[in-house]
Amino acid sequence: MRNDITRRDALALGASAAALAVTGASAQTASTIKAADVPAPKFAIEKGASLRMLRPVRFVQADEDVFRANAAKFSKETGIEVKVDFVGWEDISQQTAVTSNSGAGPDIIIGFSDAPHIYVDKLVELNDVTDYLGKRYGGWLPLAQTYGKRGKSDKWIGLPFGATAGPLIYRKSVLQSIGYDKVPEDSAGFVDLCQKLHKAGKPAGFALGNAKGDGNGFANWALWSHNASLLDEEGNIIINSKETIEALKWVKALYPTFIAGTSSWNDVSNNRAYSSQEISLTANGVSLYFSLKNDPATKAIAEDSEHQLLPKGLAKVSPMAGLTLNAMLFKHSPYPNAAKAFLQFMMEKEQYEPWLNANSGYWSQPLAAYADAAVWSSDPKVSIFKNTMQSTYYDGYKGPISTATGAVSADYVLIQMCAAVATGAQTPEAAAAEAEQRAKRYFRRQGR
Amino acid sequence: MSVTTLPSRGVALRQPGWIARLFDYKPFLIVMCLAPAIGLLTVFLTYPLGLGVWLAFTDTTIGQRGIFIGLENFQYLWTDPLWWGAVFYSVFYTAIATFGKFALGFWLALLLNNHFPLKSLLRAIVLLPWIVPTVLSALAFWWIYDPQFSIISYLLVDVLHIRSTNIDFLGTPWPARFSLIAANIWRGIPFVAISLLAGLQTISPSLYEAAMLDGATAWQRFRYITLPMMMPILAIVMTFSIIFTFTDFQLVYAITRGGPVNSTHLLATLAFQRGIAGGELGEGAAIAVSMIPFLVFATLFSYFGLARRKWQQGEAND
Repeated sequence: MRNDITRRDALALGASAAALAVTGASAQTASTIKAADVPAPKFAIEKGASLRMLRPVRFVQADEDVFRANAAKFSKETGIEVKVDFVGWEDISQQTAVTSNSGAGPDIIIGFSDAPHIYVDKLVELNDVTDYLGKRYGGWLPLAQTYGKRGKSDKWIGLPFGATAGPLIYRKSVLQSIGYDKVPEDSAGFVDLCQKLHKAGKPAGFALGNAKGDGNGFANWALWSHNASLLDEEGNIIINSKETIEALKWVKALYPTFIAGTSSWNDVSNNRAYSSQEISLTANGVSLYFSLKNDPATKAIAEDSEHQLLPKGLAKVSPMAGLTLNAMLFKHSPYPNAAKAFLQFMMEKEQYEPWLNANSGYWSQPLAAYADAAVWSSDPKVSIFKNTMQSTYYDGYKGPISTATGAVSADYVLIQMCAAVATGAQTPEAAAAEAEQRAKRYFRRQGR
Repeated sequence: MSVTTLPSRGVALRQPGWIARLFDYKPFLIVMCLAPAIGLLTVFLTYPLGLGVWLAFTDTTIGQRGIFIGLENFQYLWTDPLWWGAVFYSVFYTAIATFGKFALGFWLALLLNNHFPLKSLLRAIVLLPWIVPTVLSALAFWWIYDPQFSIISYLLVDVLHIRSTNIDFLGTPWPARFSLIAANIWRGIPFVAISLLAGLQTISPSLYEAAMLDGATAWQRFRYITLPMMMPILAIVMTFSIIFTFTDFQLVYAITRGGPVNSTHLLATLAFQRGIAGGELGEGAAIAVSMIPFLVFATLFSYFGLARRKWQQGEAND
């Protein structure tokens, strides 16, 4: 059984997407994206400008192919050479830190979600680009605004390219066999479902190990669906609350229904367990579905799989935050205007739409107009990812975004709080108190 | 018959230039010869170490310059249960893994010191765990310990039917701790075995022959010849082994990232987690600096404790 989209699958996908991007014309004629007639800002490109960009490595090969094709198109049209380097997801933070602290290196780095809020003093404001793009393409979606703008201000310090989400994925036939058509939206109903799945020998499984994406996704969901959160609107740490205790009791009740070993799971463990039919319910990005769909050996599993937004519990909407690609332009760049022109170019529909389509739903758009892109009607099981950036949930919800919110997530504070209770290592009260103490340490210095 | 032309008197007696005279000046020559080494040490050792120590006394975060805050980072660590947990596991990990590596490594070295067919080939094979990049072996162990797909669980459950459920190697603290120690022992045995094998081969066979003539048993030969003769190299190898084990990072980070619930954090992984992932450079540096006393103590203990001359020359001779 396979875990991810293979090179072979991705290459096939990438070849068609790259062809679409390179021809351009076909993409334009097929486009239904509405773009308002807004005058584009004219940037005085610096003489002899050339750009270097760093971004996370592609998850889907077509992501890289079309991105490179778009960059090459920009170079051809403007004469500005653009060098794009792809680095591992785990390495991008370190490389950004070095670039930021040394004041040398790439002009533009695409980091994740709250990265611009860590290096806020080293970044060029991008309001001229974002104002234009927002007016032209129907406005920036809520998650893009949260991660793009500096906390408590309208200054854009990041330019979101897209976000990926981790909704539930489950085996339709298994749920039906125990009397469910879909996953219940209430917390008690979810526990009941998982108990029945466990009894049927096809349990659920959610990462409780130090898993950056899936582990944090589960911990946030546990909290937010019980109206608990790390911060209140003013940025006060309220993790040690009765709502959190309730959320942790829910985790404690849920954990025995999981497949054994989830407290050591990392970000690929649930993919493997689901692909091998060890579990019938988990939360994941669209990549799992595509890896199943594109392999003849597992295609039947994909056909029997459905996506569903994370159950709301007490929340008004599904409490799910997307992992966002967020571009930063550094003050040390000798060519800030060229860099702005490049970012603007990449978000224009002639470039962005083919890129969005090529990603097969892995990244969803930050600008409202791109909801009409062809990718969202290509497969009904993918359309659930379309509104990822409509989410009002984010790392650090409900408070103002800051460096510390990212640090708490990176240090797995909330996952470990859940795991400690789930495994019986701590009581809910003790775990919440420890999480509060750890969070306070980060906010003491970085909560600015 | 060849004709040689003698150098003119003026050339032969010409005084050396000032540069040559400068290099003839012994103190200058010493400084010049040492300068490259001192430069390299300064740039690549003293500066990073000094910067690390300095950062430990500041509140520097990634992306922000810090200010000097004295011992605040250390005071916080003193009250931080996670730091104490990392101290405990670092010491435990080092002690158990070092003991395991030396027991098995020494035994392997004794076996390899015998004469047998394909001796050289087997000695080379023993080195494999040491040659394989740590991250690669960590990934292999990660698979071996996987809660769903472990080969050990597969053998015990599906092949031998000894168990009915898979083993949860990494999901609870103590099994996770011992699983990592086992991986470290596997990886460290070749270093110990090959180093000690080199030491064993320096012991003169005549000592064993004399002991055998005196009727010494195998244990007596080991206790009174092998062990004392091996003590100097044991001390050196153990010193290095303790340092390598105490400062281990890759195995733990690749397999558990300090989990579950921080039970397998070593000081090195906790320093990285706080300093780089968490962005608290100052605090991360303080955790790294806090390793120094443990390393100095362990090094002094193993080196001076084991390298004492009396091991080799009788109880009264230190």
